Amino acid sequence: MAVMSTPGRLPAQATGRGATGDPAFRRVALILATSVIIVVIAMLINMTWESRESLNQFGLGFLVGQVWDPVHLVFGALPFIYGTVITSLIALLLAGFVGLGTAIFLAEIAPGWIRTPLSFLVELLAAIPSVVYGVWGIFILGPFLKSNVVPGLKATLGGTPFFQGAFYGQSILTASLVLTIMVLPIVAAISRDVILTVPASQREAMIGLGATRWEVISRAVLPYARTGILGALILGLGRALGETMAVTMLIGNRGQITPSLLKAGDTLASVLANQFAEAQAGLQRSSLVELALILLVISLAVNAVARLLVARAGQAQGAGRI
Amino acid sequence: MAIQAQPLTEGKPIRDLRRGPANFQTRRVRSNVMLGLVYVAVAATLIPLLAVLTWVFVQGLPALNVDFFTKLPGPADDPHQGVANSIVGTVQLLGIASLISVPLGVGAGIYIAEFGGSRYNTLLRFATDVLSGVPSITIGVFVYALVVLPMRSFSMLAGGIALALVMLPILIRTTEEMLRLVPGAVREAALALGAPMWKTIMRYALPAALPGIVTGGLLAMARAAGETAPLLFTALGNNQWNTGITQPVDALTLKVFFYAGQPYEIWRRESWGGAVVLTLMILITSILARLATRRRAGR
Repeated sequence: MAVMSTPGRLPAQATGRGATGDPAFRRVALILATSVIIVVIAMLINMTWESRESLNQFGLGFLVGQVWDPVHLVFGALPFIYGTVITSLIALLLAGFVGLGTAIFLAEIAPGWIRTPLSFLVELLAAIPSVVYGVWGIFILGPFLKSNVVPGLKATLGGTPFFQGAFYGQSILTASLVLTIMVLPIVAAISRDVILTVPASQREAMIGLGATRWEVISRAVLPYARTGILGALILGLGRALGETMAVTMLIGNRGQITPSLLKAGDTLASVLANQFAEAQAGLQRSSLVELALILLVISLAVNAVARLLVARAGQAQGAGRI
Repeated sequence: MAIQAQPLTEGKPIRDLRRGPANFQTRRVRSNVMLGLVYVAVAATLIPLLAVLTWVFVQGLPALNVDFFTKLPGPADDPHQGVANSIVGTVQLLGIASLISVPLGVGAGIYIAEFGGSRYNTLLRFATDVLSGVPSITIGVFVYALVVLPMRSFSMLAGGIALALVMLPILIRTTEEMLRLVPGAVREAALALGAPMWKTIMRYALPAALPGIVTGGLLAMARAAGETAPLLFTALGNNQWNTGITQPVDALTLKVFFYAGQPYEIWRRESWGGAVVLTLMILITSILARLATRRRAGR
């Protein structure tokens, strides 16, 4: 190992006067750092323990149970898993295309003077608190959809099962749209960063072959950046799955499985936000903690996949293969 | 999380352009259509953003007056009420959260940047990533079980701990990245003059990285101040002034959430007012952070 001139890193040993304090300093830093690992492990253990009653009572059937009845103490997670998955997938689908388009614009097309302020705006979109989106969704987007969009949807697609039933402003559709707006900046910002790392020589080679501007993007830039873009989408998915406040305020909070996007639904996060504070100790609270545990495990898995992708991209680069 | 682009294969030929429509005219039209769609995507990103910002300011700014910042919440028919206790509560919660997360986060960042074997550092970074990806509502559930149940009371302390867990991964990341930007020569110079390692880090490396760490800390606080979900069953909310660290406390985000669901005009107005205060806070912090980073980058 190089001892000198390793940028941003210390040599392995120092021997000067007062170096006796070093092991202690190092140990303190180690303890502080290890706290992160302890928190993550404690979370998993603690939540498994707190949901033991529900785990014992329902077992794996909890995942497919369709009834959530605090009065008769029957609990099943399926309606909430369904709501979480459906809202996240709609949001990811819409945000994927729009976000990628915005990333292409920011990295490939936009002139320099517009790039910086626009990037800043997109990042700002990511920083606005979830509850603010919720307020906007309740008072602005919901009524707007009700009077301007839903009648048109029902007129054209009303025959399909996706747009059945009355629309009251709070629905799976409203929640998914606001979720889209919240996921968009993540997808756009990370995809932009990835696209910016594509070497200019790749573009120049395509231009040299007589490619049009779009062909340069679609055949040189995007294939080169695809692993990173996939990573951006998965990180966006992670955000969508766990998003709580805006969804709670907009989805209508009814645990039902319905294909209609105009009806109310509920997600893992939103049912927690609504019921946990008033939950009865015992089976109800235990079942709610199990919902949180499911959410935690899903987000751990999504994170691990995103990380694996990144690692594989790094390896592939070293080996010169895709 | 650093995501890198992948190189094209060596030896694998770039796809033959002739596989597309051979006619250049057709290809050019297609190119323009696709670029047009890119502009549509940009519009689809910008319009919601501008719509959110516009409505928050249009609806929220008129709700801001002296009462909003100085009075306690009142019944729905009282026109002279405010959310002063919520604003103070948010500040109190941020104070507790910072007291916990800054030492932990900066210490962990120092360890990852300056010490640590590569394998343990990978584990630490993974745990940091995991923690920053954990849905904030599950942090609330965790802290409920950890603090609220044993204390038998919702409390400011529980809310502060929950927000500390939100801030922690951001602080670790920022500290690590900023310390890595400090040239190794700074450390080597200090060590060569006989300074021990802890002094080298605390007196020379850390101060050099401090502006960046402070910026990151501000962003972490802004992020925490905008969080609602971890506070729902930790800090709980309160319509009075908070009386102690073991008592429930209000936060601006909680008021915005609860008032938005109420049918009374005055509470809805307070909700918009809270939304605009939160948005302004994010806006100002982001602009300050951007200015600070730009100045550093330009130097």
